[in-house]
Amino acid sequence: MENSGHIVKLYGAWGSPFVHRVIWALKLKGVEYEYIEEDLSNKSSSLLEYNPVHKEVPVLIHNGKPVVDSIVILEYIEETWPHLYPLLPADSYDRALARFWIDFGQQKRPTVHAFCGSSKENNEKTGEKMLETLNIIQDQALGDKKFFGGDSIGMVDLYFGWYVQWFPCFEQLAGLQVLNPSNLPKLHKWAMNFKEEPIIKETLYDSKKLLLHLEGIRKKRYMAAQARVL
Amino acid sequence: MAEVKLIGAWFSPFSRRVEMALKLKGVEYEYIEEDLSNKSPLLLKYNPIHKKVPVLLHNGKPIAESSIIIEYIDETWEGPSILPKDPYERAMARFWVKFIDEKCTVPMWKACSSPGEEGEKAKEEAAQLLKFVEEEIKDKKFFGGDNIGLVDISANFIGYWFGIIQELMGVELLTKEKYPNLCEWIDGYINHSFVKDNLPPKDKMTEVFKAFTQPGYSGYKPKV
Repeated sequence: MENSGHIVKLYGAWGSPFVHRVIWALKLKGVEYEYIEEDLSNKSSSLLEYNPVHKEVPVLIHNGKPVVDSIVILEYIEETWPHLYPLLPADSYDRALARFWIDFGQQKRPTVHAFCGSSKENNEKTGEKMLETLNIIQDQALGDKKFFGGDSIGMVDLYFGWYVQWFPCFEQLAGLQVLNPSNLPKLHKWAMNFKEEPIIKETLYDSKKLLLHLEGIRKKRYMAAQARVL
Repeated sequence: MAEVKLIGAWFSPFSRRVEMALKLKGVEYEYIEEDLSNKSPLLLKYNPIHKKVPVLLHNGKPIAESSIIIEYIDETWEGPSILPKDPYERAMARFWVKFIDEKCTVPMWKACSSPGEEGEKAKEEAAQLLKFVEEEIKDKKFFGGDNIGLVDISANFIGYWFGIIQELMGVELLTKEKYPNLCEWIDGYINHSFVKDNLPPKDKMTEVFKAFTQPGYSGYKPKV
């Protein structure tokens, strides 16, 4: 293992929303890290060594030890650098609620994937279920708060952060806009506020580039999900 | 009025995990058995999103999802630690809980309940995944080290429920020959004082599994 002088390394892949969550967390906390771009079509021996079980990004390496799974990594970052920009509430009940909403998002992945793999011919049903899910997130997780974390960004914001840039690309590809001011006024406002936060703003991708990238991924990953859900 | 209540189901490994955690911490609680085939207004009030057990009520405030409840219990009450103290060890524990719950459980279940090719494929998948778990428990008495911890509590499906369903359906997946370390862990686990009192009787569980696999069964069945 080379010694680059950095004690925090992040193995990621361009365009991955899972990697992006981790980047946001590290940047918000001001933690310096070395970023290593992984070619997922030709995985490096380092990645396979650090993440033999899932062979995926993101992988965070801290003092030579790997942490995998974006949500596990977020919790690790929070516990390792707790005083720098806390991402979870101080109160343990509120923390349980934050984890509940992240888990809710995880449980709704089939619905999300089915929508992301839709096309103009079949987006009505998947769009309905997507809207239903987003309504719950808006009304019960966000409510009247500026961010899921309250006045400032928290872990739940980082978890749902992919909705501000990746999701609109999938909406374009599916031919149906779901997250708009008329359907979801509060959630749409949240998305706008989130994108304007300096750390978030500086990390957003060129939309056209991301759209092209996701178009490729969509074929491979999300179109199969439809068959399972519809 | 009890400060801590648990809405659970006697046969549910998720419900039993929370009971193990509460008992490890010596927390007194009122247990409320839920009939999942006829969900109560109480459950629907306190877990309207998922309508599932277990649900913990602490001073009237509900928490759902067993892994979240267990972390809450660990943070709220004194007593033996369920999660490790060190952030890296905590990350490892959380990783293994997710791996077991999100990756292993479904193919293991399908290996026993799905007919024909689907069952065979699930069995192969489960066999590969369990190798990772076998490797992880290799040099340890428990996943938590000398004492049971988060992963041991959360791996109760592998530790107990799966053995019953495997035997009932005549499937040979988790065997001593292929997984000696994991089977040794199972032996230690089901005989551990905190664990064995929190396991539903084998004969009753067998009856429940038998019912699940009967054609025309219309009662509650876990969605897998």
